[in-house]
Amino acid sequence: MLNRAADEASAPHTSCATSNDVAVRFNSVTKRFGEIVALHELSLAIKRGEFMTLLGPSGCGKTTLLNLVAGFFSADAGEILIDGERVNDVPTFEREIGMMFQNYALFPHMTVANNIAYGLKARHVSKTEIDSRVGEVLTLVKLTGLESRKPRQLSGGQQQRVALARALVINPKVLLLDEPFSALDKNLRASMQMELREIQRKLGVTTIFVTHDQSEALSLSDRLAVMAEGHIRQLGTPEEIYRRPCERFVASFVGDANVLRGCLVRIDDTDAIVALDAVQIKVSSGSLQGVTKSSPIDLFVRPEQLQIVDAGKPCATIGTVVALAYQGGHVDLHVECTASPRSRLLVRLPGYEAMTRWPIGTQVGIAVSAGEGVAFAVT
Amino acid sequence: MLLTLGFLVLPSAVVTIAAFNDKAMLSFPPQAWSLRWFARAIAYQDFREGFRNGLIVTAWSSTIALAVGAMLAIALDRYRFRFKAVLEGVLLSPLIIPHFTVGLGFLILAAQIGWARTYSVVIVCHVVLVLPFVLRSVYVSLRNLDQRYELAAASLGATPHRVLLTITLPLLLPGLISGWLFAAILSFNEFTASLFVTAQRTQTLPVAMYNYVREFADPSMAALSVMYIVGTAGLIVFANAFLGLGKVLNVEQSR
Repeated sequence: MLNRAADEASAPHTSCATSNDVAVRFNSVTKRFGEIVALHELSLAIKRGEFMTLLGPSGCGKTTLLNLVAGFFSADAGEILIDGERVNDVPTFEREIGMMFQNYALFPHMTVANNIAYGLKARHVSKTEIDSRVGEVLTLVKLTGLESRKPRQLSGGQQQRVALARALVINPKVLLLDEPFSALDKNLRASMQMELREIQRKLGVTTIFVTHDQSEALSLSDRLAVMAEGHIRQLGTPEEIYRRPCERFVASFVGDANVLRGCLVRIDDTDAIVALDAVQIKVSSGSLQGVTKSSPIDLFVRPEQLQIVDAGKPCATIGTVVALAYQGGHVDLHVECTASPRSRLLVRLPGYEAMTRWPIGTQVGIAVSAGEGVAFAVT
Repeated sequence: MLLTLGFLVLPSAVVTIAAFNDKAMLSFPPQAWSLRWFARAIAYQDFREGFRNGLIVTAWSSTIALAVGAMLAIALDRYRFRFKAVLEGVLLSPLIIPHFTVGLGFLILAAQIGWARTYSVVIVCHVVLVLPFVLRSVYVSLRNLDQRYELAAASLGATPHRVLLTITLPLLLPGLISGWLFAAILSFNEFTASLFVTAQRTQTLPVAMYNYVREFADPSMAALSVMYIVGTAGLIVFANAFLGLGKVLNVEQSR
């Protein structure tokens, strides 16, 4: 099983390169539940070996998309392809997928070993091969010795490892993860995430990961698709999504964002100049197409892209420190600022210094780091 | 409330005490104690046959009701089809139709179509009467069954047939057993409809007891009742010990 990625890499590819690189493809997929349109003509191509995250608020269609790959229900229009083969009419049990459920759905009446062996037995693999593959995958997820336990005798983290092992042991064409970390406490979650990612890299298995947790999505994914109301709003690497969100929804949903109200001074094909109080800030004009000069503009800036300057120096806006939160590695300053549409700004400063330098009640000026921020027209 | 509890316990208590009465009359309280009515009840030919007949009828009717009820419960839970509400109504109707109506109906039907009054009539009649209870029991277990287990099995490559055998049925087992147990106890105790559909050769124990009490009034009836109660209680204790009352009563255990 562990050699799978290597096998495929060395195997000669006969079909054309583009379709061979894509493990899962959606072509204009639409899914309705009664009157509600869960997915609207959605297209997406997931590359072989890629860790793709579907991120969005509840009801955005991300779980529906996952269930369509699994075949738990069928699309109303469009095509779903796994390894280049149209699977719209292929039942779940013939799709060669591995799925990890939110509550793990471990079979309560079976031992750990039998849970993991279930998919192999369904494929009529020989007894000796089942034993060796179960042993192999138990080593991979670090659960050796717990073969004869029942799921209810395991901790949450162990149950998750069993669920992962059960999905991986069948060498699935694609691994589907439905919010698998939501039931774990925070510390365990972080270590399980890293471990899962390590295993996924080692095996090179194409993975679709559904979550509503943006920090999880940023830290794990090769690429992520931010979804809302049945559409993909933006598709890109975590860095692209975080630093260059293409619309207001993405900018506010992924990561913390401050909003500053300004005015468009100049715009050309690549850059735009936004005036905030006395200062002018250069941003990419990509998100401002069609906006005319001197229109009001909202500038979205991440907390770590804001600086505090002493009152009186040139700055984008001024405000009053209302709260300080020491986070160990950095300090979060909450600044009340009437000029911001949300009336609060979050400034993230490294170290401890900010705790003593700008106590609560201090009047401060706020500056934006050069070249940072994304601007959108006020709607 | 205490009064109600009292009346819940008193009849069985009175019968139990009367069973050990030495006198031939069902007098209360007894003057002398004896076990001879137990001996007589066990030895009495009609009771022996009634007990045997009852076991035959119960075994067949509760097992048929379980198989049919489980299939219907799965159909009602999983599929949407026309006249579903009608089917549900028909299946649960024996709960509101008096037992003597069902019994009388079967009697007339059997006479009309020349159906000899053999075990088959009694068994079919009992299946109809206990079916709603099996149906409810299995249906409740199905509702409590997290469908993700079946989805997970399908995602691992199990065919629908395999999912049913390795996941659905094992997880439904407590519900199936409790449904069967309910059906068996109800069928074994059923009197009203049985009175109509049994013949001398097929009479079940309650019918035999009724025929006995019409002619005699000695405590062997009471002795039989005590054995009845002890037998049923024993069965439930057995089920509880081996399956856990929580499971038999369909209480989901939290993990």
